[in-house]
Amino acid sequence: MAEILAFEHASIAYDGRAGRQIILNDVDFSIGEGEALGLVGESSCGKSTVALAAMRYLPRGMSVIDGRIRVEGRDIAGLTDRELSRIRGNRIAMVYQDPMSSLNPVMPIGKQLMEVPLLHGETDENAAFRRAVAMLEEVRLPAAAAMMERYPHQLSGGQQQRVVIAMALMAKPALLIMDEPTTGLDVTIEAAILELVRELRAKFGTAILFISHNLGTVARICDRIGVLYAGRMVETGRIGAVFRSPSHPYTRGLLGALPRLSGGGRRGRLRPIEGTIAAADRARPGCAFAPRCSFAARHECEERPILMVELGDGHLARCARLDAVRASAEDDRAAAASAATDGAPIVLRVRKLSKEYKLTGLFGGEKKGVVRAVTDVDLDARAGETLAIVGESGCGKSTLARIVSGLLAGTSGEVKLGETDLAKLEVDDRPPEIRRQIQMVFQNPDSTLNPSHSIAYALSRPLRMLRNLASGDAKTEVSKLLAQVRLPVEVAERMPHQLSGGQRQRVAIARALAGKPKLVVADEPVSALDVSVQAAILNLLGELLEQSRLGLVLISHDLALVRHMADWVAVMYLGRVVEYGPVAQVFSPPFHPYTEALLRAAPTPDPDAAPPTAALEGMMPSPTEIIVGCAFASRCPSRIAEQCDTTPPPVRQFGEHRIACHLELGRQAPAERGGRTEIRSSIS
Amino acid sequence: MLRYSAKQLLNMALTLFAVSFLVFALNELSPGDVTRKILGPYASQSQVDHLTREMGLDRPALVRYFEYMGKALTGNFGNSIYYRQPVSELMWDRLGNTLLLAAISFAVIVPISVLLGVLAGMRERGWFDRAVSIFSSICASIPEFAMGVFLLAIFVVWLGVLPGTSPLRGDAGWAIWMQFVLPVLVVTFYDAGYLIAMVRSSMVEVMRQPYIRTALLKGNSFRNVVAKHALRNALITPFTVILLQLNYLVSGLVVVETLFAYPGFGRLMLEAALAKDIAVLEAGTLVAVSVTMLTQLFGDLGYMALDPRIRV
Ligand code: SF4
Ligand code: SF4
Repeated sequence: MAEILAFEHASIAYDGRAGRQIILNDVDFSIGEGEALGLVGESSCGKSTVALAAMRYLPRGMSVIDGRIRVEGRDIAGLTDRELSRIRGNRIAMVYQDPMSSLNPVMPIGKQLMEVPLLHGETDENAAFRRAVAMLEEVRLPAAAAMMERYPHQLSGGQQQRVVIAMALMAKPALLIMDEPTTGLDVTIEAAILELVRELRAKFGTAILFISHNLGTVARICDRIGVLYAGRMVETGRIGAVFRSPSHPYTRGLLGALPRLSGGGRRGRLRPIEGTIAAADRARPGCAFAPRCSFAARHECEERPILMVELGDGHLARCARLDAVRASAEDDRAAAASAATDGAPIVLRVRKLSKEYKLTGLFGGEKKGVVRAVTDVDLDARAGETLAIVGESGCGKSTLARIVSGLLAGTSGEVKLGETDLAKLEVDDRPPEIRRQIQMVFQNPDSTLNPSHSIAYALSRPLRMLRNLASGDAKTEVSKLLAQVRLPVEVAERMPHQLSGGQRQRVAIARALAGKPKLVVADEPVSALDVSVQAAILNLLGELLEQSRLGLVLISHDLALVRHMADWVAVMYLGRVVEYGPVAQVFSPPFHPYTEALLRAAPTPDPDAAPPTAALEGMMPSPTEIIVGCAFASRCPSRIAEQCDTTPPPVRQFGEHRIACHLELGRQAPAERGGRTEIRSSIS
Repeated sequence: MLRYSAKQLLNMALTLFAVSFLVFALNELSPGDVTRKILGPYASQSQVDHLTREMGLDRPALVRYFEYMGKALTGNFGNSIYYRQPVSELMWDRLGNTLLLAAISFAVIVPISVLLGVLAGMRERGWFDRAVSIFSSICASIPEFAMGVFLLAIFVVWLGVLPGTSPLRGDAGWAIWMQFVLPVLVVTFYDAGYLIAMVRSSMVEVMRQPYIRTALLKGNSFRNVVAKHALRNALITPFTVILLQLNYLVSGLVVVETLFAYPGFGRLMLEAALAKDIAVLEAGTLVAVSVTMLTQLFGDLGYMALDPRIRV
């Protein structure tokens, strides 16, 4: 197998005002023809630097200080600019994280695609045009010829990424470098893109360097994996071997920190990796992971460089205490399942809630239609339990959260907290007592933390406003809150920018708890954080829930996370709840066809799992469309012609589990649950 | 695009109408009697009254306004009481001079600014970038008159190679084209300093965009990337600003025109204002407003052509 890209003990440093900083330290790997290597690690572990170094496109101030980087056998350090341009885009092509910004906004797609062959030997414009169209068809974009004329902003995110992939493949490169290609895309689109990459790889035999922070995605694409930590490769090997017997404590941490679809529910706690990568870790003489490693032993780990240890069949790990790590008993993740939860009192009762917007022309006046953001939603949130609301973006889950927390008023229906109906009350109209009882945590903690006020101020404000505490009492309460979210007291004196993202999110949670709420609405609370930090925040939320018996409404697009955290799940599509029930039942058959598609599309960190089958085709219809039958009919693989388009689906009830669908789902269900099927005639 | 332009033109007509009314009304309210000014302080009251009747100034303001507008539409803006000449003749003559100066300056300023701005911005913090940045900020921070006096001192007083005034008459002993050199230089230094900085910062911003990396890593040479991918993106923002310079060049050259005794539009307006020459002021305001609105329209159209994300 001919080698395409090789890093030979390469080290890269950044020389700045503050002196030299090592970014990559002794990184050694190679990718052969047609091979796929996945590179994983937290942000700032150096994985993107690897991609840029392979293209000899290091940021100003960074340089290779040791070792070599070879492309098809030639050291790229010695190439002239002209030779370099012949490699870039031709032998090695790249796909980037944010497709919108990697396409030139003022140049039609076609021109950007044709540029590649025209740069690399093709002289005939017509031939280049035909190749571009053919490649657009290859990445399965509809109406490829018409697509050529369009501008990037006229495409959806998924389509843009397909264009970027097509562009990368135009010159039939030997190696494709993909840097977080699906971060920021919806789950179903992500699944479709990954599927496409697998297919194209099989077809063109292109080697792939796949960079990601998501082990699940890497497992689906790659043959081999490399785990980077603070600029060093800490473990590498075939996917199967690394996933089955992760040897480096960091790899183990990553795998443990990753919620799995098949996991044991919320009570089986995630194992977070405490702390973050510090800049100083890169310069450590010994093991960079030592400050976060529970196996660390001063003498063995911190005094001399740790070398890669061969574990057989190309599986290597950089750890001095492999035997000790191996010997430690597998953490007991399968904690006993929780007691029955049905008895928990209901805190929030949503009935027939709908939200409509009337669209008017730009200058008021004529009506352009009605957006139905939420339609006839029924849900309950219970004390001490988590109700998760899942669905693709645009399904109405965030609108629902905003109505509950009073950022929007509903159009009709009820939202009852105790005996008060809040559906039509926005925050300012709500009595202070109610305002105190419902709090929100947002995806981005910065949206609630004023950058110019200290943490103490941010936390004591709600204490004084909502609970009328005197400033002395507020002060002690602030320390209590910080302790509750596991932050040291000193944090109170800091400013938001002095904290890490995870710490800021803890502060945001503390702030939400300040008013002693009955219900917390969390909108994607961890999706902006690193995997290892995510686990810690999720555990924290879980604990707080049990301690203070508050209800949590968790809005998320991440099914594995929902599986892990939630007690109840509502699956939303186009503003409607299509499936609702206790978590274990929603995640096992019978499924609503949409839930089934979502589950299939979600990445699993398990290399042995069957590869996810083709994801959903098409896009969610516009919320302005008037839907007579089933909202999901336009994309449903099991659609019953006629019936599904014209008649609203009945709600099938299996105990507390509800599914809105025309299919006779009860029959396919296991006997113990299929027995009590009853059909209600109402509309979902 | 066509519909948009038509709509904008209609808007312009309405705005001009409103402006003309406002200007007329303001002048109507301003102190000082026109006829008294024409006849001088020693004329008798009966003479003044006679002239007032003769000029029709005793009729209601609204009637006079419509009469004025009716004539204005045919290009007759009345007579200047200061220059004792029909306003239209005076105005077109001066406006022509100013447009000539503006056109020459524009033709010098734009290519220089775009070229220097792009070359500086394409390699941020390179030596060329630093040099250009220093140069442009010095230029932009020296006021026009200081620059004018400075250049006069060098080229007229010291070297004696250029004329100190530019009355655009052949009898002053200097060729007409030489009379343009200093005014154009002053305007260029002052205005280009600002434009170069604009173009440069836009270019720097664009060069940092991920699509520039995409273009480079496709195998484009650096020159190609700049010419094909960066240039158009980098000109979107400065484009409107460049066109706005036309405004400045047409109605903002008072200082330069006065300094060099250049018979231009700005100086005309200044003198008219000092002399309370209402007919000239009215017509001048209308012209200035039209120029502003026309550049705005061209700016919008050009912006749309450059940036496909904005379409009407
Ligand atoms: S070398 Fe030591 S500190 Fe590093 S991972 Fe191994 S046990 Fe932990
Ligand atoms: S009702 Fe029909 S279209 Fe809707 S989900 Fe069920 S089978 Fe699919």
